Amino acid sequence: MGLIGKDLIGLRDMPAERIKLILDTAVPMKEIIRRQIKKVPTLRGRTVVTVFYEASTRTRTSFELAAKYLSADTVTIAAAASSVSKGESLKDTARTIAAMGADAVVLRHPMAGAAELLARTVDAAVINAGDGAHEHPSQALLDLFTVREKKGRLEGLKVAIIGDIMHSRVARSDIWGFTRMGAEVRLAGPATLLPPGLEKMGARVCSSVEEALMDADVVIVLRIQLERQQQGLFPGLREYARLFGINRERLRLAAPGAVVMHPGPMNRGIEISPEVADGLQSAINEQVNNGVAVRMALLYLLTGGGCRK
Amino acid sequence: MKLLIKGGTVVDPVAGKIEEKDVFIVDGKIARAGAHVNTAGAEVLDASGKLVVPGLIDMHVHLREPGFEARETIYTGTRAAARGGFTSVACMPNTSPVADNGAVISFIKACGLKGAVNVYPIGAITRGSKGEELAEMGDMKEAGAVAFSDDGMPVMNAGLMRRALQYAGMLGMVVISHCEDKNLSAGGVMHEGYVSTMLGLKGIPASAEEVMVARDILLAEETGSRVHIAHVSTAGSVRLIREAKARGVRVTAEVAPHHFTLTDEAVLGYDTSTKVNPPLRSAGDVAAVREGLADGTIDVIATDHAPHTEEEKDVEYDLAPFGMVGLETAVGLVWTELVAAGVLTPLQAVVKMTLNPARVLGIPKGTLEPGADADITIIDPDLSEPVDPARFASKGRNTPFRGRLLKGLPWATIVGGRVVMQDRVIR
Ligand SMILES: [Zn+2]
Repeated sequence: MGLIGKDLIGLRDMPAERIKLILDTAVPMKEIIRRQIKKVPTLRGRTVVTVFYEASTRTRTSFELAAKYLSADTVTIAAAASSVSKGESLKDTARTIAAMGADAVVLRHPMAGAAELLARTVDAAVINAGDGAHEHPSQALLDLFTVREKKGRLEGLKVAIIGDIMHSRVARSDIWGFTRMGAEVRLAGPATLLPPGLEKMGARVCSSVEEALMDADVVIVLRIQLERQQQGLFPGLREYARLFGINRERLRLAAPGAVVMHPGPMNRGIEISPEVADGLQSAINEQVNNGVAVRMALLYLLTGGGCRK
Repeated sequence: MKLLIKGGTVVDPVAGKIEEKDVFIVDGKIARAGAHVNTAGAEVLDASGKLVVPGLIDMHVHLREPGFEARETIYTGTRAAARGGFTSVACMPNTSPVADNGAVISFIKACGLKGAVNVYPIGAITRGSKGEELAEMGDMKEAGAVAFSDDGMPVMNAGLMRRALQYAGMLGMVVISHCEDKNLSAGGVMHEGYVSTMLGLKGIPASAEEVMVARDILLAEETGSRVHIAHVSTAGSVRLIREAKARGVRVTAEVAPHHFTLTDEAVLGYDTSTKVNPPLRSAGDVAAVREGLADGTIDVIATDHAPHTEEEKDVEYDLAPFGMVGLETAVGLVWTELVAAGVLTPLQAVVKMTLNPARVLGIPKGTLEPGADADITIIDPDLSEPVDPARFASKGRNTPFRGRLLKGLPWATIVGGRVVMQDRVIR
């Protein structure tokens, strides 16, 4: 059992003190990344397994770098999304993980609840690297870390999350994380992509993107998936860009110096205009960097904080 | 062959009375009920302190045979029924092949004869339950089908549903409708609401059921035929049915125990045994369903017993099949959740599990009148037990009620004068 429990499935039930511990731990981790020789022996002899049923080079690389900087061994289990439908695959994976004596498993899976299912069946620490439309806690933690670094605090900030809330695990984890840390979360997007019950999660649902952006300290732009248009969930990309795209004019509604973030990969010119994505207020590149630091903190805290189990 | 059930409290749904008396059975028929009957040569069953009721009828079960015998067979399913206190079950036609013709109906009838309880097959409305063309309802009626349903699938084409009601009406038969608009429920795995949003699971809105309930009520009203709404789960459906009944539409309805007991919060933790169709709904829906039971809008309690293998259910929530077992927990849930809670009187509960389903299906059951088949269930209202799936007679163990303490359980099941279950053990 690590310092923050056995697994990291989501932020829904995570107390504020624990989130703070993770963010505080990520600060010295970021120092390590800045060094010329980016390696400490903290997790020497530990094995971190990554299992990605969905392609995501950036998240996987981020976790693998985090493990390597802490001197852990990393193993990748090849998992194809196509094998998921056979049902046996996650259980097979669990057996393999147990046989390898893995200390931590990083799981990306297209279905909600997969990480919880795996966590119930293996002794290793399970880190949810995104399960369907459920949660993506390490992404939210790096968002929190980035905002805290930029703004010096989280409490009292106004955070606007714009786009496809319905299918976004990042949005869910961000809602739990930011509200738990005392920030106000506003949501905007096409009505067909706003699921019921968001208010009950603690967020404010706005009727327009302008309303959400008003005086916002943080603007999180979500990726719009082209397949949602094919599913008929919104009428078209051109209209989407016009109604919900974050461009320079819209960004002026936000508070001066508002931070712009995006979990990536971006559709430039659709949900975010190039001048905003590459502008002075954008923290998108730092998010990537901070992601490694936060994931180092998570691996450290989940595998026992350096002391052998 | 004589059997005397002595000293029990008889709940008679036909007379609407509850009184202490003995029931005397001769050669599989009820000979008489009353005090001081001649007991010479009879086996005696002491039922003092217990309720003696007509054999319970579950008009909505999936016995999986032919085709899916790993999940259940008619043999194991009827044993589960006997252990659950049911003396008759009506089984849905979504087998493989689909029970959409006289031959498959005859096969099920024949297998049923070797089962522990009476089996009444329900025939498909459309060929292969594909929703494209009417199945041969007349042939199936002759072979022994008691109703028609494409359960598991809705009849999406309203024109076809209208013709099905007309044709079944001509035969004097009821159509049992699985109300689900596939365009609204598409891809959904649980109730759409706060919990589905939180869990990131695709929701099935209440409207997916309600628009079809509304449609079928209108079609029944227009054709003058009888429609029975299966597994009602939403407040809107209850309201629609209540209003239709007030207008005199020939509509009846059933609810399953899990829908008056559990809310969508049971899905937290992604336990796949909570994945059912229609899904577990909100607290408001559960309250409305209970209200519908109490005021008579909902006529019948039926389990929608849907066994699956452990392998099928031990997967990600999205991949798991819909359905939970219900036969062996139904009486306990009715007594614990409805009778003890004051939602239904014991008589009302018995009516919804005996007389009403018999009337909907048009079968000569649900009564203790002399001359009737001696199908009797004895319920011990004080008997309590935690649900233990390991003891199920069903092959299915997929229940979210594992470990739940139920009070008020079937103590004996008598089919045609023969005791098939006593003291929770199948004979
Ligand atoms: Zn159904």
